[in-house]
Amino acid sequence: MISFDLLANTELAFERPAIDWHAAAPELVLLAWGALVTLVDLVWLEKARRFIPTLTGFGFLAALIPVVTLWADSDALPRQMFDGAYVTDELALVFKGLFLLSAYVVVLLGANYLNDGNYYDSEFYQLISASVLGMLIMASARDLVPIFIAIELVSIPAYLMAAWRKRDLKSNEAGLKYMLMGVFASAIMLYGMSLLYGMAGSTQISAIGEALTGLSDRPLVILGVLFTLIGFGFKVSAVPFHTWAPDTYEGAPTPLTAFLAVASKTAGFVALLTVILIGFESKSELVEPFMWVLAAATMTIGNLIALRQTNIVRMLAYSGVAQAGYMLAPLAVYSANPELSRSAVVNYLLIYAAMNLGAFAVVIIAARKTKSGEISSFGGMFQYAPGLTVAMTIFLFSLAGLPPVGGWLAKWRVFESLLFFGEGSTAPSLAGVLLAVLVALNSVVAAYYYLSVAKQMWFMPAVNDDNSTIKIPSALTIALAIAVVITVVSGVTNLMPELSTADFGLGQ
Amino acid sequence: MTDFLNDWGITLMVFTPLVAAFAMMLLPGKPDIIHKQVALGASTLTAVWGALLLFNFDYDSASVMQFGVDRSWIDVVNARYDVGIDGISLPLIALTLFVVPLVILYSWNHIPKPGNAKAFLILTLILHTGMLGTFVARDLVLFFVFFEVVLLPMYFMIGVWGGEQRLYAAIKFFLYTLFGSALMLVSFLALYWLTGSETFNMAQLAELVSTSDIALGTQVLIFGGMFMGFGIKVPMFPFHTWLPDAHTQAPTQGSVILAAVLLKLGTYGFIRIALPILPDAAVEWAPWIGLLAVIGIIYGALGCLAQTDMKRLIAFSSVAHMGYVMLGISTLTSFGISAAIFGMVAHGLITGMLFFIAGSVKDRYHTLEISRLGGLLVQAPRMGWILGFTTMASLGLPGLAGFWGEFPAILAAYNPGGGLSQPLFRVYMVVAAIGTVLAAAYLLWLLQRTAFGNPSEEFADNPEITDASKLEYISWVPFLIMIVVLGFVPGLIFDVADAPVSEMAEVWVVK
Repeated sequence: MISFDLLANTELAFERPAIDWHAAAPELVLLAWGALVTLVDLVWLEKARRFIPTLTGFGFLAALIPVVTLWADSDALPRQMFDGAYVTDELALVFKGLFLLSAYVVVLLGANYLNDGNYYDSEFYQLISASVLGMLIMASARDLVPIFIAIELVSIPAYLMAAWRKRDLKSNEAGLKYMLMGVFASAIMLYGMSLLYGMAGSTQISAIGEALTGLSDRPLVILGVLFTLIGFGFKVSAVPFHTWAPDTYEGAPTPLTAFLAVASKTAGFVALLTVILIGFESKSELVEPFMWVLAAATMTIGNLIALRQTNIVRMLAYSGVAQAGYMLAPLAVYSANPELSRSAVVNYLLIYAAMNLGAFAVVIIAARKTKSGEISSFGGMFQYAPGLTVAMTIFLFSLAGLPPVGGWLAKWRVFESLLFFGEGSTAPSLAGVLLAVLVALNSVVAAYYYLSVAKQMWFMPAVNDDNSTIKIPSALTIALAIAVVITVVSGVTNLMPELSTADFGLGQ
Repeated sequence: MTDFLNDWGITLMVFTPLVAAFAMMLLPGKPDIIHKQVALGASTLTAVWGALLLFNFDYDSASVMQFGVDRSWIDVVNARYDVGIDGISLPLIALTLFVVPLVILYSWNHIPKPGNAKAFLILTLILHTGMLGTFVARDLVLFFVFFEVVLLPMYFMIGVWGGEQRLYAAIKFFLYTLFGSALMLVSFLALYWLTGSETFNMAQLAELVSTSDIALGTQVLIFGGMFMGFGIKVPMFPFHTWLPDAHTQAPTQGSVILAAVLLKLGTYGFIRIALPILPDAAVEWAPWIGLLAVIGIIYGALGCLAQTDMKRLIAFSSVAHMGYVMLGISTLTSFGISAAIFGMVAHGLITGMLFFIAGSVKDRYHTLEISRLGGLLVQAPRMGWILGFTTMASLGLPGLAGFWGEFPAILAAYNPGGGLSQPLFRVYMVVAAIGTVLAAAYLLWLLQRTAFGNPSEEFADNPEITDASKLEYISWVPFLIMIVVLGFVPGLIFDVADAPVSEMAEVWVVK
């Protein structure tokens, strides 16, 4: 406060922009809570260690409260700050809710994992809080600068956490690979962003959108647009920018892998949606073919490589790549109906979060007994852990897109947006139809490897005939229950489609 | 009571098995008997709900959807919980309600290896809900969901409780059907956008297609997507290869349900969805469907003659029999389609029964190699007679149910509707008729080599080989009765199906 008073007396008077404290509350609560966790750790040291995970989890839930109150006060939405650079609209709230809830589940997954491995864990939770803070910012950012800050805030703690199992070479590899690739991607993206800024004279996405409308496809425009998209392509692990994902996923602590595969990927998609649907709205002729190729390559190559995996985490990594391909697909035809494409992507992200976190939860639980990540180690689980087997089967079938569990509705909406055509035309675009058929074929390929896990669990005998049961800690049970309930409910109710059609404020 | 049935009848019928399945999940796995009782009770209760519906069904207006319930469901995609029963779905619902309790009863002491009655029966009940749901759905999205729900339990049934090649058979069954339904889904959505409708209701879509000006080429493509979805499920030649494997490897109960009901989901899809919504495209496709149908008839029959395994032989006979059903549908006449509906029910009863016997033979002889069997009539005379009776029904002996499925279908090909080429369909007719001769050949051959003669030495004094048990009787006799009843009173089905089918076939009547 003092510094403001001093400034007020000088020529360089700085007028503090109006801050909507309610709109900023989720971020502030999380920030304060993160500081609190750090303090608790510093003051009580070892004594606090046992409570840190729980405390962090509560922090995410506490940050969820303002999200809910903001949602309840829906008349005031969208709330804008900083000249429209920071917008809290319905969709941002949906994403914030998703990030916080996934983070809570990840903390539940991590609690026992880190403790058992005897790694530093207080710091882990502080870092994860920072990363989630970046995601919350990402959901509201409508300006290149906050978007970039958010991406880095999401990623940098994740680089550290990926290498958390420091006595394990694979974990070191995971962290290093992730960091090098991530930094490389950031550099490309930043270059693209600087070109966009150069053309538009503003970092606001909406201003860039307006500036691009009048410009022809000069090389400068093409480079600016594509470099920015490529940067996000790394974040969502789209082919050919996916190469970091399997190694990082395999080497990183599994709870963090779940976090990367769900929350971090969603953050990348949020940025993509914002930039494409607001900034590059007029450049659909340039963006759509690029996204088409990206989506087609991502789903096909992801699936084909996933077929060959014997390690469950690597398999889920490649399946996650393929799933990203399905999510990219609606963006290949977004000009026909931006709202529909957007809600198809959002719907997929919401359902994907539940089913994929669930699958990772089962992997973590199973590894407590088998100490192995091989798919063959799931053998005979139906005999000794029928409940866990049923849960995993639900997640696998959902990932494969089979009714009645969640995944089918996610795919349905993707198909819906691909086959849409508006007033002006008499048939869906050829690009859309071809991509839809490709998604259909890929779903069949994907079903094979998802089912091969189910096959191990149901049809095969247990490894070494070891039919002892698995003890599931209560934190993991809660995580599993949340994931199962959401996965099942989202397949047979209107909940996720409804949330995915939330309003998307464009900023100014 | 009527009000109650109107509002809740179908919902109760469809979801009773599912609720029971959830309840069973919460019960401990042992003792088995609780699960058997719950499962049988639930399927019987389902049959009671169904029976109430059937008794209160207004048979004079069978072409109208009755007991309809239309509630909002997934609004954002315009999918509604929209169900109803008419004369086309009624026979198939009745078939499902009839078969499942008997299958569960048969399971009382026939839980296949590796046991676990709880899981087995839960899967059976989920299947039950899926099948009934498919037959009552009037909304394409709802239909799709139920259509897919049946995949999961059947996959596990084959994979866990199946024979030696079960893993291969299970995944093959799954991927084939999934491939078809993925393309079907694309077709559904293309139709949705093309009609510009805000609905997936089948009747409304049919109306919209008839009034809109969708290019015929587009309609033909959309029909093609549906053809893949339904045709693989039927299965039609050349997509039939999953069927012999799935049937042969599935446990007895699985084979029975697969043959009796699951295959019908495909043919039902043609009659309920593909034909009424896209009648013009159906005319374009009909010659090809007819061609594949008669190829299926002949190919299936020749396939049967080449089999050495009793169960596999019955499986191939399914390909042939479903060929008749598809031939009936491809004629685009009310006569042919009614015959197809009859054929579905008849095939369900007869082939289901054959699989029961095959299962019981396997329990006793531990093999189904036809060359090692023989003398069933000597060792287990009653079972031998039942086998004889069922093969007679299967080859289409007049007076039994099989006849009314095949003969009118062949006859209908004499004069196809929709301006289809008469000479072509008459050729189909002749080929299909030859198929019946082949059917007689392979079925009598089967009967001769398994039931007649003296038991082979290896089984001659085997004490395991006993006649049909009381439980087997209880679960089989209803099948036999229905085969005779439908043989003598075919009107039971024809009368119900006639009105809606005639209404549907009106578009193809050549003026």
